[in-house]
Amino acid sequence: MNDLVNRLPWTLILTLIALTIPFYTTRYYTDLATYIVIFAVFATSLNILIGSTGLVSFGHAAYFGIGAYVCGILMGDYNVPFLIAWVLGGLAGALFAAFFGFFCVRLTATYFSMLTLAFSQIVWAICFKWNSVTGGEQGYPRVPYPGMDWMEAIPLIGSMRVTEKFFFIALIMSAICIAAMRRIVDSPFGRILNAIRDNPERTQFIGIDVRRYRWIAFVLAGAFAGLAGAMFGIYKRGVFPDYAYWAKGAEVLIMTILGGIHNFWGPTVGATALILLNGVIVSYTEYWPFVLGVILLILLFAFPGGILGTLDTLVRKPEERRAMLRSIGRTLRITRAGS
Amino acid sequence: MSDILGLLAGEWQRITTTLSDPVFLISQFRTGLTSAMFLFLIASGLSLIFGVLKIINFAHGSMYMIGAYMAWYMTLILSKTTLGFAGAVLVAASTVALIGLVVERFLLQFMYRREELYQLLFTYALVLIFGDACKYLWGTEPQSVSRPAALAGSWEMFGVRLPHYDLMILIIGPAIAFGFWLLLNRTGYGRIIRAAALDREMLGALGTNVSRLYSGMFVLAAFLAGLAGALVTPVKSIVPGMDVEIIIEAFIVVVIGGLGSLWGTLLGSLVYGLVLAFGIVIFPRFSIFAAFIIMAAVLIVRPWGLLGRPVK
Repeated sequence: MNDLVNRLPWTLILTLIALTIPFYTTRYYTDLATYIVIFAVFATSLNILIGSTGLVSFGHAAYFGIGAYVCGILMGDYNVPFLIAWVLGGLAGALFAAFFGFFCVRLTATYFSMLTLAFSQIVWAICFKWNSVTGGEQGYPRVPYPGMDWMEAIPLIGSMRVTEKFFFIALIMSAICIAAMRRIVDSPFGRILNAIRDNPERTQFIGIDVRRYRWIAFVLAGAFAGLAGAMFGIYKRGVFPDYAYWAKGAEVLIMTILGGIHNFWGPTVGATALILLNGVIVSYTEYWPFVLGVILLILLFAFPGGILGTLDTLVRKPEERRAMLRSIGRTLRITRAGS
Repeated sequence: MSDILGLLAGEWQRITTTLSDPVFLISQFRTGLTSAMFLFLIASGLSLIFGVLKIINFAHGSMYMIGAYMAWYMTLILSKTTLGFAGAVLVAASTVALIGLVVERFLLQFMYRREELYQLLFTYALVLIFGDACKYLWGTEPQSVSRPAALAGSWEMFGVRLPHYDLMILIIGPAIAFGFWLLLNRTGYGRIIRAAALDREMLGALGTNVSRLYSGMFVLAAFLAGLAGALVTPVKSIVPGMDVEIIIEAFIVVVIGGLGSLWGTLLGSLVYGLVLAFGIVIFPRFSIFAAFIIMAAVLIVRPWGLLGRPVK
């Protein structure tokens, strides 16, 4: 059972399911679905650091923002075709991650988080002030859609709206990114990252250059964040400095934790859950951050494994299931006594 | 090419003329010092919490914001006299301390043994909740408080204006630093706090109620944040988002000085305050940028900060 679930080609299955979304939902949901697939890539890239390598980056938004600006500006000002601009956006993310990461991986724990935060704020400050290139505070609004005339020839899709066509592009690109990340995480390289996460000293002792592996993980995470950002800029038809702001990094961190960091699909599930929930909540109240805070508290106190971690415990481990239920009971009692 | 050179020459002339004006220099120095003292009030609590409780408290900025809103609200209720302002400041800081107590007792104390990631996210959840609570209670309009009558005046020295209110802040800041130093180094309670920072388990085994000590530290830090928030109201306008803005500044300060180090925090505040005050002359658009660069540089060269101690 366990093996079977793991062996299914999930990327392919989920992509095929997602491909049908525009055919039976409204434009609003297709729009949300585009948002979700892009953030699935962003959150999964962050999880290469958190879940696989055990490094908590608070400034992952920097590479997302860089990818978005590079791709957007190349397409808007220099008429570079989408595919090239997209890849260059990812490369730019990787390049900056290589530079910043070189310093970050020398630190651990809290100091690593702080330095990633500092670098992301530097990137944000540059984007915010460099008016002539990034448009400064107002953002860069001239991001065009990729050329989609070739899609006219495809039956069913040819007659769709441009936002729906872009959904297909974003979905395919995201699926490629996710499949690539899956390969990386499952490779021997990914196993070494896990070893570093679980015990850096021992890994160092068996002759592995821990710093160098952490650095490579950091660069890879930055590259995929850049690719996600590049798509997001097109999706939003503009790039704004807050793409690189630390609050954006916190948002994607919450998605990752919400889904569960110990499962490859956790970040995707977390991104889906959070974005859908956001869609529902904002139609009722403007106090979305408050709701998010409360969700986060519940998550931290009752379900620290996130959605997939909790499901995993419920389904597979009777012993731990009982322990978890007990701990939830305890938490509830504490909360009641407190209220 | 000659354009750029001309531009640079013009810039250089502008910078040198402004920097050679002593009145301007002194007034920038005053501005920098005052903002450094405000920052110290906030950052000292942040540093204390990290030093003893080992928690990076993002919600510290929220405490500052609640303090500011409470002070504004209380001046409306009490009166606009000097005494009314003093009362409002005290009530605001005490309320924030009380909120700190509730947060520590009912939530934070269950987080001490969790991984750092969860602790960070926990305090971030508080930021989100408090931020919206303030919006709900007090709206999104910018608010302001006028200076209390007794401190509304100012002195003139060599053509530089020194408002009495700024002078008070310049006295309160070092006074609090000195008070902290006394508390930590010259009292039995301070010895216990220093011990708690080193080894929580051992201290507990020796019979100290560590749990209560932690509560006390958190409440003290919250009180200081609330005090800073209340005192800043006559100088800065009270807006949503001031929590996030200040917490980033406070982080830069404690990282520069050294997390958990009192004198480091004071030094960090001075560096930050002065760099910003003079940076605005030299690179008007990139002064905030300079602060982040310093923070990153310190983290790269001496991750434990200028005056901090390396931790194993």
